[in-house]
Amino acid sequence: MGMTVVEKILARASGQEGVKAGDVLEPKVDLAMSHENAALVINQFLEVYKDTGLEPRVWDPSRVAIIFDHRVPAESPKTATNQKKVRDFVARHMIAKFHDIRGDVGGICHQILPESGYVRPGAVVVGTDSHTTSHGALGAFAFGIGATEMASVWALGFAVNIEVPLTIKVEVHGLFPPFVGPKDLILNCIGRLTAQGANFRVIEFHGETIRKMSTSGRLVICNMSVEAGATAGIVPADEETIRYLREEAGVTEPVTPVVPDGDARYTQILEVDVSNLVPQIACPHTVDNVKPVDQVAGTRVQQIVIGSCTNGRFDDLEVAAGILRGRKVAAGTRMLVFPASGRIYQKAIERGLVADFMKAGAVVMNPGCGPCLGVHEGALGDGEVALSTTNRNFKGRMGNPNSGVYLCSPAVAAASAVTGMITDPRKGGASS
Amino acid sequence: MTKVVFTLGDDISTDVIYPGRYMATVLPAETPEFAFADHAEFNARLKAKQIPPGSVLAAGKNFGCGSSREQAVSTLKGYELIIVAEGFARIFMQNAINLGLRLVTAPGFAASEGDELEIGEHQVKNLTSGRVVDIIQLPKARQVVMEAGGLIPYTRKRLLDQLQKSARKP
Repeated sequence: MGMTVVEKILARASGQEGVKAGDVLEPKVDLAMSHENAALVINQFLEVYKDTGLEPRVWDPSRVAIIFDHRVPAESPKTATNQKKVRDFVARHMIAKFHDIRGDVGGICHQILPESGYVRPGAVVVGTDSHTTSHGALGAFAFGIGATEMASVWALGFAVNIEVPLTIKVEVHGLFPPFVGPKDLILNCIGRLTAQGANFRVIEFHGETIRKMSTSGRLVICNMSVEAGATAGIVPADEETIRYLREEAGVTEPVTPVVPDGDARYTQILEVDVSNLVPQIACPHTVDNVKPVDQVAGTRVQQIVIGSCTNGRFDDLEVAAGILRGRKVAAGTRMLVFPASGRIYQKAIERGLVADFMKAGAVVMNPGCGPCLGVHEGALGDGEVALSTTNRNFKGRMGNPNSGVYLCSPAVAAASAVTGMITDPRKGGASS
Repeated sequence: MTKVVFTLGDDISTDVIYPGRYMATVLPAETPEFAFADHAEFNARLKAKQIPPGSVLAAGKNFGCGSSREQAVSTLKGYELIIVAEGFARIFMQNAINLGLRLVTAPGFAASEGDELEIGEHQVKNLTSGRVVDIIQLPKARQVVMEAGGLIPYTRKRLLDQLQKSARKP
């Protein structure tokens, strides 16, 4: 019987010929990523060794990555102390894939991992972050786990008792119309699947639209697969994956794509034609509350956010700057831009995008998660509305339960910044 | 017999259970303070110890969706609550099993605050409404973790087994 991509990856990682959905395995982990919550992982890791007489030892420090992004620079003494504890641990255990708060190699974990060449097709990647699904963009099986689960991986080097998930196939056809892109596609899919429609399942993306999509776009759709409940999203690796790894991530070793068998079994097949897709908006307070832009156009917005592990990449900034160039952010609206990594930030400076944003009145912040999860800068006031390119709009997500968050693409966010209200970028916004 | 002390709908995210702004607090012993921090009244009842251990939090589908933050589990475990829901999100369920928070998956389950429940091995009986629903067992693959008392003792055991095995090799 044929296997899906994830079944093939899990078979390889657990040393088996073939596996099928429902099998229970213990796959070796190729990469184990954490961010600030490494502070909790460390605590649980040390607990494992308590009263054993054993010296705590990470199974393979070269396979552990720690990236500070959730609260950078630290917003409180508590965070700063946690970060310090993590730095001490990293030094003691010689963890080289450590990305501190830096302008050169720092940034959001789900951008740092791909751009540093840490993720390869066919790899098993676990991360103490639900958006670890992002790395399926490179043809890896990547999924989020909790801190205690990560402590177990650090000790053992494999994930204990993993059940092989069922796979949903999403076939995407057609050419994106102007100002419509991967974010609109994934929001549309989430709206159709619902917030729990892919729970305990993998979403495997296919079709000519995906083949033509850049790795940056694939990161968007895999990133948000978890918003339909998916364990992982995955794009089978192809020429674009190899191009990205060679040209953008500096990988020189051989890369072997893993592709599904023609007779692989899928639990559900979803077909999407993007040629008539319109900009999509996820409305408060669930990500599956998705509407076409015209149904919410005109809604007043106090804060625009461009950035995050979903849409803070160079092409996202380029689209937004293109719309803003020569225009102004509306009075009564503030706009925050968070490039996803130091490398992207530098490129945005070199290409003049940062100047475009600043001249328009936007504030360009340092790379990091920013206001996405309501722990750092950019909190909302009572009754305020944010329009954001991030991935979640749960009640209280941006730090205030008495506010609302709408999710959209960078094009919608930029067009709306100009008018101060949710605006269809195809209609251009106000050209004042 | 136990009592429903709080009811919630579908798609309750970990941001609601444990708001992001308290995520700098990581240690399981310290997280209970911020359980449902944005539901001030319930949070106050928990902190005032007005809710006996073993009380039930009733929810709909996809409870615990969103972030992988383990604080959302340790904060509820701190009060030894039992979560009875129509369904759970994957990472939350995994974290709950790992930390020993008791989850009961019961599609079709409905309850109001104050309802009395009888939670058996296979069914949940709402003594107040008279309604009985079946329980879906937690994943078999994870049974060994539950039996070991959580993932920390289970990992410790696996680690020691591994070392014993490699010591026995010539």
